[in-house]
Amino acid sequence: MAGRYESSTQAQRRGLFGSIYDSIADLGSLVQRTIETLGDMVLFNLRTLTWLVTRLPQRATLFNNMYQIGVLSLPVVALTGIFIGMVLAVQSYTQFRVFGLETQLGGVINKSMFRELGPVLAATMLAGRVGSAMAAELGTMRVTEQIDALASMGANPIQFLVVPRFLSCLLLIPSLTIMAVFMGAVGGETYCVFVLDIDMHHYTVNAKKFVENWDLFYGVIKSVFFGATIGLVSCYRGFHCEPGAEGVGQAATAAFVQSFVIIIVLDLFLSILLDEIYLAIWPLNPGLFAG
Amino acid sequence: MVSAEPIIAMHDLHVRFGRQHVLRDLSLSIPRGQSLAIIGESGCGKTVLLKTIIGLVRPQQGHIEFDQQRIDRLSDRDLAQERTRFGFVFQNAALFDSMTVAENILFPLRQHRSSQRASHEEEMLARLAEVGLPTGVLRKRPAELSGGMRKRVGLARALVMQPEVLLYDEPTTGLDPIVSDVINELMMRTRNSYDVTSIIVTHDMKTARKVADRVVMLYPLSRLDPHEPQIIFDGKPTEIDQTADRRVSQFVRGEAGDRLMEMREGMEKSNDSRFRLP
Repeated sequence: MAGRYESSTQAQRRGLFGSIYDSIADLGSLVQRTIETLGDMVLFNLRTLTWLVTRLPQRATLFNNMYQIGVLSLPVVALTGIFIGMVLAVQSYTQFRVFGLETQLGGVINKSMFRELGPVLAATMLAGRVGSAMAAELGTMRVTEQIDALASMGANPIQFLVVPRFLSCLLLIPSLTIMAVFMGAVGGETYCVFVLDIDMHHYTVNAKKFVENWDLFYGVIKSVFFGATIGLVSCYRGFHCEPGAEGVGQAATAAFVQSFVIIIVLDLFLSILLDEIYLAIWPLNPGLFAG
Repeated sequence: MVSAEPIIAMHDLHVRFGRQHVLRDLSLSIPRGQSLAIIGESGCGKTVLLKTIIGLVRPQQGHIEFDQQRIDRLSDRDLAQERTRFGFVFQNAALFDSMTVAENILFPLRQHRSSQRASHEEEMLARLAEVGLPTGVLRKRPAELSGGMRKRVGLARALVMQPEVLLYDEPTTGLDPIVSDVINELMMRTRNSYDVTSIIVTHDMKTARKVADRVVMLYPLSRLDPHEPQIIFDGKPTEIDQTADRRVSQFVRGEAGDRLMEMREGMEKSNDSRFRLP
């Protein structure tokens, strides 16, 4: 506060041109910092990918990371998946009932789960549960010089710390997505059949009619990109953590927020791209839009 | 045994972090087998110098030679190989939290030597005995150990590859006087039994006098004129008490000197400006 006060009084003293000059200088340094950060992120990602293709991590390290990242995330993904499926049923039912289309609910719920909510839900849970934890762990290692210690012993910190985490996110997010999709479908059908009293036979027939193999592929492909984003952004944030407890906290928060924003933006572009691919491969198949 | 041949030589080294200049035009040669203490107040660049020697910090200008090859120009892969010839004892030991003590000590061996597991364990037990720790600590996590024990595990881990150069970053900071003396004793014993070159960054004069056979004092650049050298003392520990430089003698005696005046001025300024705070 004091600093801000002093800088504003200095600006007053320097007059209008002085404050314009300062604003331009501030903007310039912000642009410079942003470009530096982006360049740094690109280099970090390239190093990770280079190590990924040159030397695979030790099996024990990889399996331990897979267990922490994938296996321990399964319950929370399953739980949230089943509730999202039920929420979709609740939200859609009132609108579909107006038109007498309650039995079509299965198609809407499953299509949404397979294509959109399954992968995004799995990615959100992974970013929240694992991404923040990875950034905090690596950030603490940075602050307590453990990353320097690794490097000083001739080990490469990216190869030892980042590659196994990145690979685990990349390889296990499809399973988490499939789990979220499955539980969402189960939750939706359970709620519709047992609470909303919709006929099970018609619900299931419509659900099957609307969803095809491409929808599962669509969701899983998207999830791989989301997993890669979570792995890279979280590890980058941890590696570039500012000193102190506050720095670790900021790294954990930034890992989640930035991963989530990138996931949502990626989701839009991947959806457009995958729809275009579908239409290019099956131009006459109306399944993409109607079922 | 100190030889005339330098194992590490730094020439006109400059290190900056953003706009902050930490090391400026620094040249230093360290003969093989020497035990060098780098002293100086906090923030003068001692730790940065240590990290520059092992390539954790890259200098913007100047160069560093290790065993007659430019270490600052090596590729990541070659640098990783050269680093196995160093042992680094970090200020807070920097043990890996997620591993046990045994895994910490074995880590460098597992990374670089593909020999039998039994020989790794023999090596680990030998290093553990050298630093005077019981085998009972092997299964413990670093968080379960005291500060002195962590430092000793850090030393055992640094020794396990039988390095040629040992780098100690504030080895006695945060320890009580008795444990500090144990660490000093261990550093001396290590030097005698391995014939390593030791570089000890410290502001503990007792450590510098007891362990080192040469003392170099760095001064913060923020307190120096542009033409003044950053190394303000370079000599034997016995010579440091006779130096005429007030900056050195004040540090050695632990006297604040001009800093007290600066602190008082700072406090007066902050009292004057208190009414301006919003």
